[in-house]
Amino acid sequence: MRKPRDLTLRGRIGSYLILGIFTIFALYPILRVISISLRPGDRLLTKSLAIIPEDATMESYVKLFLDEPFMLWMWNSIVISAIVTIVGVGLAATAGYSFSRYKFAGRNASMLGIITTQMFPVTMLLLPLFIMLIKLKLYDSYIGLIIAYSATALPFTVWQMKGYYDTIPYSLEEAAMIDGAPPFFTFYRIVLPLALPALAITALFSFMTAWSEYLVAAVLLQDTGLFTLPIGLKGFQSSMETAWGLYSAGAVVVSIPVVVLFMFLSRWLISGLTLGSVKG
Amino acid sequence: MSTMRANNRLAYYYVMPALAVMALVVLWPFIYNVIISFSNMNLTHFHDWRIKGVRNYLLVLTESTFWWFLWKTFLWTAINLVFHVGIGIFLALILNKDIKGKSVFRTLLILPWAVPQYITALTWRGMFNSEYGAVNLFLSDVAGLQIPWLSTEWGAFTACLITNIWLGFPFMMIVALGGLQSIPDELYEAADLDGANAFQKFRNITAPLLKPVMVPAIILGIIWTFNNFNVVWLVSNGGEPSDTTHILVSYVYKAAFTYFRMGYAAAFSMIIFVILFIFSWRFIKHTKVIENVYA
Repeated sequence: MRKPRDLTLRGRIGSYLILGIFTIFALYPILRVISISLRPGDRLLTKSLAIIPEDATMESYVKLFLDEPFMLWMWNSIVISAIVTIVGVGLAATAGYSFSRYKFAGRNASMLGIITTQMFPVTMLLLPLFIMLIKLKLYDSYIGLIIAYSATALPFTVWQMKGYYDTIPYSLEEAAMIDGAPPFFTFYRIVLPLALPALAITALFSFMTAWSEYLVAAVLLQDTGLFTLPIGLKGFQSSMETAWGLYSAGAVVVSIPVVVLFMFLSRWLISGLTLGSVKG
Repeated sequence: MSTMRANNRLAYYYVMPALAVMALVVLWPFIYNVIISFSNMNLTHFHDWRIKGVRNYLLVLTESTFWWFLWKTFLWTAINLVFHVGIGIFLALILNKDIKGKSVFRTLLILPWAVPQYITALTWRGMFNSEYGAVNLFLSDVAGLQIPWLSTEWGAFTACLITNIWLGFPFMMIVALGGLQSIPDELYEAADLDGANAFQKFRNITAPLLKPVMVPAIILGIIWTFNNFNVVWLVSNGGEPSDTTHILVSYVYKAAFTYFRMGYAAAFSMIIFVILFIFSWRFIKHTKVIENVYA
């Protein structure tokens, strides 16, 4: 008898066909950007649909790094993303643990409050933040950005961490405590190492939030010296004429690190997300 | 929960840093936003603003643009969710079978999720260019069509939709796949012995066991899509043509940061929040997901 996960020949052909179509749909825009980034300057606006252009060249990449302040934007984005990641992992790892292991007054209210923040339209926080930063003369600094990004990533990562901790048996900590280990030690040396996959996802989400954020940065930064990658890249498109070559080269360079990280962590993502939602 | 420790001082030490940050950056701006929403703050009354009562709320609710963009936002959210969940579950069902190379397909299919959202939006905007964009080049090759995507109201809306469907289906696919993998094969084997057909198996085994996993993801998906500023704003380049391509969040962003109508934008934000809040809680109550979340 056929196993539940086996397919008939027809089923298999159909499956490959469907997967193939959706894979093309998923990949095409990415290949398209790569293709445009390799076009020589005089052929950016061709009507060709070829993926690897004739006379492929690295011209756009060279221009991007040498003639544009791309390295500066990248440095700015790296600094902000690194700080947000460290803050995010620290806060989510501890708060998630508390929600998972302890009963305390205000626990349910806090957890629901954290979900509720997801329903805020972005202007609800951005507008007061914007007004406050102007009044405190902290406009055009990274403080606002770092605050906003940390808060954006936290709700998801706290819930995510809590869901993962819930799957780690409490008996491990009990055993350590019977042996006389102090509570922080059990958290730090026993639970945290077991929660490494969830910590990796938390770090990834915090990093991606900061690395890929456009609209808060567009409101809070005016000084071109402070620009992050998203504002810089958007600039290639919004000037009178779109610099397609520069934009595409920039998009490829910016996406590679997050895409690689994401792919690398994706097998943990599958278990992390579903555990988080099933066991909550 | 059996493993839960009783009330403990330590709990507060662990949870305080995160809650303090949230209070500072969420609760405080929220309160400030409520205050501004009752004020006349704008570019000319930035420092000498005063409380003027509910007139901003009345202004928003009596404008026809608000109701029009509310309707568009509902449409936007509904169409996106149908495609995200539909494509996601459909692909997950296939990837859950034993076929060669499925991990390669899975990896390639989540790529749209990995690409930064603003890059996706700006790239698709380029692809929807009516003359040189890949979409029209393809359509004219295949069907001889030239669609003015970004210069018409519904063309731009459709362009935003396609972009967002592209970037949103992998999340649902991954969640559904995780749910499917946790369903034991024995259930299907038993159903086979009873002579159940594929549809009966889906209806009576797959769907009910997938539901607890999908419902929280769908709620999150609705909230994220309803508030998805990036795609609409960047694909339509801030609402083009002439401020018709908006959902509520992008419209209020324009009011706040292009026209600096702060009081008005604050009231508008509150209304968006209340709509989403009521809707989400009804949905959560109705589907009893809270019990799952709290289990």
